[in-house]
Amino acid sequence: MTDVEQTTAPPTPQESELGELAQRVAAAARAGEEIEVYVGRSVEVDVRAYDGQVESLSSASSAGVGIRVVVGGRQGFAYAGSLDGDVIEQTLADARDNVSFATPDEHIALVHPDGVAPVALDLWDDTVLTTPSATKVDIALDLERRVRGADPRVRQVASADYGDVASEAAIATSTGVLASARRTVCSLSVVAIAGEGADSQTGVGFSAARGPDGLDHDKAAADSVERATRMIGATKARSGRCAVVLDPRVTSTLLAIVSSALSGEAVTKGRSFFAGRVGEEVAVPAVLLVDDPTDSRAFGASPHDAEGLACRRNVLVDQGVLQGFVYDSTSARRAGTTSTASAVRGGYASTPVAGCRALHLAPGQFGAEQILADLDGALYVQSVTGVHSGVNPISGDFSVGAEGLIIRGGVLAEPVREVTIASTLQRMLRSILHIGADVEWLPGVAAGQTLAIDDMALSGA
Amino acid sequence: MTNTDGSFLVERPVAERVLTAALARGGEFAELFAEDRHSVSAVLDDGRVEELSSGRDRGAGIRVVVGDTTGFAHTSDLSAKGLLAAAEAAAGVARSGGGSVVVGLHATSVANPSVVAVDPDHVPKARKVELLERADEAAHAAGAAITQVTAGYGDGRRRIQVANSDGVLVADDQVRTRFSVSCVATGDAGMQTGYESTAFTMGFELFDTVDVEEIARTAARRALVKLDARPAPSGELPVVLASGSGGILFHEACGHGLEADHIAKDASVYVGQVGEQVASPLVTLVDDGTIGPEWGSFAVDDEGHAGQRNVLIENGVLTDYMWDFLRARKEKRPSSGNGRRQSYRHLPMVRMTNTFLLNGIESPDNVIAQTPSGVYVAKLGGGQVNTTTGDFVFGTVEAYLIENGRITEPLRDANLIGNGPEILRRIDAVADDFAMGPGTCGKDGQSVPVGCGQPTLRLTGVTIGGTAA
Repeated sequence: MTDVEQTTAPPTPQESELGELAQRVAAAARAGEEIEVYVGRSVEVDVRAYDGQVESLSSASSAGVGIRVVVGGRQGFAYAGSLDGDVIEQTLADARDNVSFATPDEHIALVHPDGVAPVALDLWDDTVLTTPSATKVDIALDLERRVRGADPRVRQVASADYGDVASEAAIATSTGVLASARRTVCSLSVVAIAGEGADSQTGVGFSAARGPDGLDHDKAAADSVERATRMIGATKARSGRCAVVLDPRVTSTLLAIVSSALSGEAVTKGRSFFAGRVGEEVAVPAVLLVDDPTDSRAFGASPHDAEGLACRRNVLVDQGVLQGFVYDSTSARRAGTTSTASAVRGGYASTPVAGCRALHLAPGQFGAEQILADLDGALYVQSVTGVHSGVNPISGDFSVGAEGLIIRGGVLAEPVREVTIASTLQRMLRSILHIGADVEWLPGVAAGQTLAIDDMALSGA
Repeated sequence: MTNTDGSFLVERPVAERVLTAALARGGEFAELFAEDRHSVSAVLDDGRVEELSSGRDRGAGIRVVVGDTTGFAHTSDLSAKGLLAAAEAAAGVARSGGGSVVVGLHATSVANPSVVAVDPDHVPKARKVELLERADEAAHAAGAAITQVTAGYGDGRRRIQVANSDGVLVADDQVRTRFSVSCVATGDAGMQTGYESTAFTMGFELFDTVDVEEIARTAARRALVKLDARPAPSGELPVVLASGSGGILFHEACGHGLEADHIAKDASVYVGQVGEQVASPLVTLVDDGTIGPEWGSFAVDDEGHAGQRNVLIENGVLTDYMWDFLRARKEKRPSSGNGRRQSYRHLPMVRMTNTFLLNGIESPDNVIAQTPSGVYVAKLGGGQVNTTTGDFVFGTVEAYLIENGRITEPLRDANLIGNGPEILRRIDAVADDFAMGPGTCGKDGQSVPVGCGQPTLRLTGVTIGGTAA
């Protein structure tokens, strides 16, 4: 069946060992100096199947360290992709050397433990490490086969991937913080190409879970096939204004953009359209928007933030009224408040910034079908493109490429492609018609659900 | 820079042992890619130099190819022991038993198209920080409405080595330097943003010719101009792209679709089109990894193949796709020097280098003057494409209305959307004012530096995704 044998077993992570390492390095702090040490380590496997064969099988382990040194409100940072003793020593020396070039800022200091106990979260599934590579290979091959055989209109499976990662990280500071956590994530992702005649369309399906057993193979395969086949024959729609219904994945993307305007850092630096609007109605009254990394269903769930404080539930918008922002320690001091334990970082190579991890909208009453039933002539948006080039979370301008289906008589009708939908984020939040009951926890910083928004500009032919 | 046998990250005898071990289980091809990079970056934000950051990373990725299957593993341990362990993991895709090939390597050297005059490592950090402060001052001086300025400096040195079972042993030493400024302007109608950057495959001598204050003023102007901007139109209109600003158009409209991996999977609208007229006769499109200090240049690609100049479309006729080692091997043809990867942790794939449209003959002023109404895009932002359908978007960061052949009112940011093969046919004027700019290209989760360029050109119709009727 496959040519692949099991590769060498990855080492089992020992998170306490990382914490000790971080603590040992942070203990080198001299008088008047604060040191934060972040160490991370991960093992991952990626399999790509194509045309009944394994196209690639990658297995890898990575580790690295990021060190912040703060002296008198000046911060220096250095990182390295290794946990070797001499490399860490050199990294600490680099970080120290970098301190003197920063401008002193009274708001910059490392956090001290604030007494909040972390919520116990189980984000780890051992089977990610114990499942043989051969089984992972079979999962990818099976996914490819399913999609290829699902519908005669499926011409190609551009990629069918299985991937998993088991990671652990620890933070220690000379100010007394010590935190560590580990997590696993595995995922399926498949791109189907379906067509008739000269017309080819694509559909992406995926599933993510903490371990291989949690993956929904049927859904990943069916989603990719349905999304590709229903777009066959798509044409450019006429320009005009209409309501749009966002697929849960698109809603998740939208919330992630909104989250950058809710960052305390963006707000304190005058880079958010929400700045100065706490207490005002910024969305329709049905909106309850919460960032809750203590909810273990969220892929971004975490016991502590990237500065080592225990994560907590933060209500950002309630009944449409802006309640506040997410802060790391620096942006909180700048705003004259306390950290909401919302520091995030991209890994050992970057410094902490304020951000959301597990944003979600409180579900409404209706599922997707009932929401559609209410709409005629609206555009159901299956996917969007150009989010990084067409959405500006500072000005709020929103313009993205879209593909999807027109809703006629309450059901999905003809497919539409090569159009854009545009508005401003401010206006979109106040034009929400329905929030779906169908919350879907997706990888990334925000959950998704069906979301209907009124009166957007559709640009097409 | 050139390399002699003595300067390899992994010495030849070790590399030979590792490759021999990688093939011991019957692989057909094995490759060792070693990389050592370090970087310095500094950010000034909100009037303060927030931090100076230094990074170091080194390691090696090893791949073994058996039939259509690639096994890959990487390690940050460049010792013989670490490399042999990675080789064994990568070889796991091969049937056991296999061959007893002994790999012998022959070092070659390829000159880097860019000569570094001032190694950024030898420049005091204080001088790098000073550039940020000058830019901050210049941006604020551009107008009282400038309320926020972020300036970023970065330099990096990337030494790579490729050794493979075909006997290739080659290295490259790539130094890149960049500088960028983003501004926020605040007016009665809210905030607007402006951005400008410069980036080259060269050292600190970049700042002998590039004025950081000018970069700052350009970023500030883009933000200020939009304070009075009206919403962009919604619908199809003629569009004039200013020179240098719109290379991203070709990167998205056809560049990605000409990558041989998409072609092999029938995931491109350009499958089977070689020799066909795919664009207006005014279009001659080149991808060239060898042009001096441009952002996407190198001596050898990340598979050890020398960078080269490839004409992709000539007078509108598709001449060739872009190739990496694996796709070329399958088609029994040479690579085109387009095999690139983000780092030693990644498998290489077909990627663009510097992709650009050659000059036409018109004057840019005439192109605008002969456009009765439409949109003038002075600067494009990023873009994205679905190579299978050919549909692509690209965003504007500075755009104006054209009315009666004249550039008039500024427009707020919007995405433009089009279909690659259709748009290429709609190019009806190409000027003679070629210019290039830097970009970062993302594909399959990997980012690499690329260059994009074009002269001023006109598209007879593109859908503009604004909100104005």
